[in-house]
Amino acid sequence: MSDRNPFHQLFLARMRDFYRQPEVIFWVFGFPILLAVGLGIAFREKAPDEIAVGIVRGAGDEQTLAAFDAKDGFKVKLIDAADSENELRLGKVAIVVVPSAEPTLQFDPTRPESVLARARVDAALQRAAGRVDPLSLREDLVTKPGARYIDFLIPGLLGMNIMSGGLWGIGFVIVEMRSRKLLKRLIATPMKKSHFMAAAIAARMVLVIGEVTLLLFFGWLVFDLVIQGSWAFVMALAFLGAFTFAGIGLLVASRARKIETVSGLMNLVMMPMFVTSGVFFSSERFPDVVQPLIQALPLTALNDALRAVILEGADVTSQLPRIAIIGAWGLVTFVLALRFFRWN
Amino acid sequence: MPPAILVRDLKKTYPAKPPVEAVRGLDLEVRVGECFGLLGPNGAGKTTTVEILEGILAPSSGTVELLGKTWARDESALREAIGVSLQETKFAEKLTVLETIRMFGSFYQRGRPPEEALAAVGLEEKRDALVSNLSGGQHQRLAVAVALVGDPELLFLDEPTTGLDPQSRRQLWDIIRSLRERGRTIILTTHYMDEAERLCDRVAVVDHGKVIALGSPQELIRSLGGDHVVEFALKNVERATDLAPYLALPSVRGARPEGEAIQLTVTEPHVTIPALLDHARKHAAELSHLSTRHASLEDVFVSLTGRHLRDE
Ligand SMILES: Nc1ncnc2c1ncn2[C@@H]1O[C@H](COP(=O)(O)OP(=O)(O)OP(=O)(O)O)[C@@H](O)[C@H]1O
Ligand SMILES: [Mg+2]
Repeated sequence: MSDRNPFHQLFLARMRDFYRQPEVIFWVFGFPILLAVGLGIAFREKAPDEIAVGIVRGAGDEQTLAAFDAKDGFKVKLIDAADSENELRLGKVAIVVVPSAEPTLQFDPTRPESVLARARVDAALQRAAGRVDPLSLREDLVTKPGARYIDFLIPGLLGMNIMSGGLWGIGFVIVEMRSRKLLKRLIATPMKKSHFMAAAIAARMVLVIGEVTLLLFFGWLVFDLVIQGSWAFVMALAFLGAFTFAGIGLLVASRARKIETVSGLMNLVMMPMFVTSGVFFSSERFPDVVQPLIQALPLTALNDALRAVILEGADVTSQLPRIAIIGAWGLVTFVLALRFFRWN
Repeated sequence: MPPAILVRDLKKTYPAKPPVEAVRGLDLEVRVGECFGLLGPNGAGKTTTVEILEGILAPSSGTVELLGKTWARDESALREAIGVSLQETKFAEKLTVLETIRMFGSFYQRGRPPEEALAAVGLEEKRDALVSNLSGGQHQRLAVAVALVGDPELLFLDEPTTGLDPQSRRQLWDIIRSLRERGRTIILTTHYMDEAERLCDRVAVVDHGKVIALGSPQELIRSLGGDHVVEFALKNVERATDLAPYLALPSVRGARPEGEAIQLTVTEPHVTIPALLDHARKHAAELSHLSTRHASLEDVFVSLTGRHLRDE
């Protein structure tokens, strides 16, 4: 039965072409996870750095040493006066204490960790000298899932994956078929062009389900990523994004005859969005004058919407403007692509 | 019954910097059930003509009818009725042979079972091989199987054997012969004259976008005036420019220079050769080379254009 169903056969061909190429599977499924792991480790939340303090040998050094407790995050060592400048310059210590009745603190005020160290060393020395704090403060530590870099990153990686999947999975694949004269061969048959297009898009949609589920599941498993909003909404956004980037991929591929041409065009389209659309860092870092432009990009809208749902639990109504931006890109590029498309 | 193909005054100019006039007023009539050859050198306009017939290229002017139908009016019916093997399609590498045939088969309302198309080209043992693992000849046979899977009345094969080794070419010839025996109309383009001679009922010799000769291979060869070619070269004669003495020899129907040698078209070599030897002796000329062979379509082409089909 399905042997004679052209849509099904075209869809199967797309899927087989995908899963029989291990390197493509890696780029689609493995690469985003590797990126998440790599960046998640590099930018993980560290315990506050220890404060390295150097104490110059001489009268009173033992006493000064006793003022610092490792419990409070101090790492103290005795150094010779001659070495103190060197130790500071190389960052081996953040601050140097020269013991005396009026101890001297040597540090570089342009280095944040030295300024922090100055305050902490001051307090430790004062307390050791008998200061009693009039107020005792309690601390409530608030590093929660949702506020970490990895939480910011994973929705961005999702968006990036949906973009590159659409451009490579549709754009590149179609130009490859054109350069092999396969498109020409296909239109010499009674095949309906709509079946061909629909099958390519359907295959993208199926892969998107896999991409999104895998990355979010991985984020939950390894980084305790929590999805605040609705799963269905996340998926719907992913579908919409996949559709839009399929349209952009189709437009980019609509006339190119050579793989080199389409690769160049795709990089031209993707690079600006990689950088400005908030994949790895917030798009708000760019100057205000270019913000309207950046906000109008489909990947910015997709990333922001995904973050809003995943991190803030946003509902559909609040995201309508972004949905409209994404949808408009998809619609316009599809119409243009079908208009300019070159089959032979 | 309308002819399988009727082409009148077909022209195609490609828009390029200097526009390329690929086809310049071509007429054709192909009968139902025949194997028709388009024979011509590189760039003659064979592929352009065939792709216009296949409805994947629009002509600049002229009329094309297939089975009494036109592409403008009956596109979907014609798509069902033709099978195509393009000059240089490369099928998707990661599909198997059978998957490829099955996919193409699904586009047709009524087609042959994929397995049957596979068997028709003798690729059964490669049924589950990936396309990327096929040899050149196997890939060409796959292209023919894909052209067959819609069970077409009209089959277009554009240079199906170019670049294949002799054994693969022979295999494809057998396939094409068996198709013709099943009553298919086949349009075959080639620049191998032996292929056209062996396979085609009729041949149109195409050059510079026009048909310059038409007929069965035998008719075309007979038009030379003789079935045989005698080729000879003289040692001590620089270069024979005056062909008149040779034309005057008995049974000679034509003469032309061929490099250092001279080629005579003759009806009876056993009469011509003794006369040729006498002639040489009388003029104190010595033969450095003498051979005879059957005339071929290549000779027809050379006598019409002064050029060879393939410049080797
Ligand atoms: N798309 C095109 N744009 C411009 N010129 C073209 C195009 N396609 C073919 N031509 C030119 O048209 C002429 C006829 O080409 P065509 O492919 O029809 O020849 P052919 O007889 O099939 O040759 P071959 O034996 O090499 O396949 C050639 O001069 C070719 O360079
Ligand atoms: Mg050709």
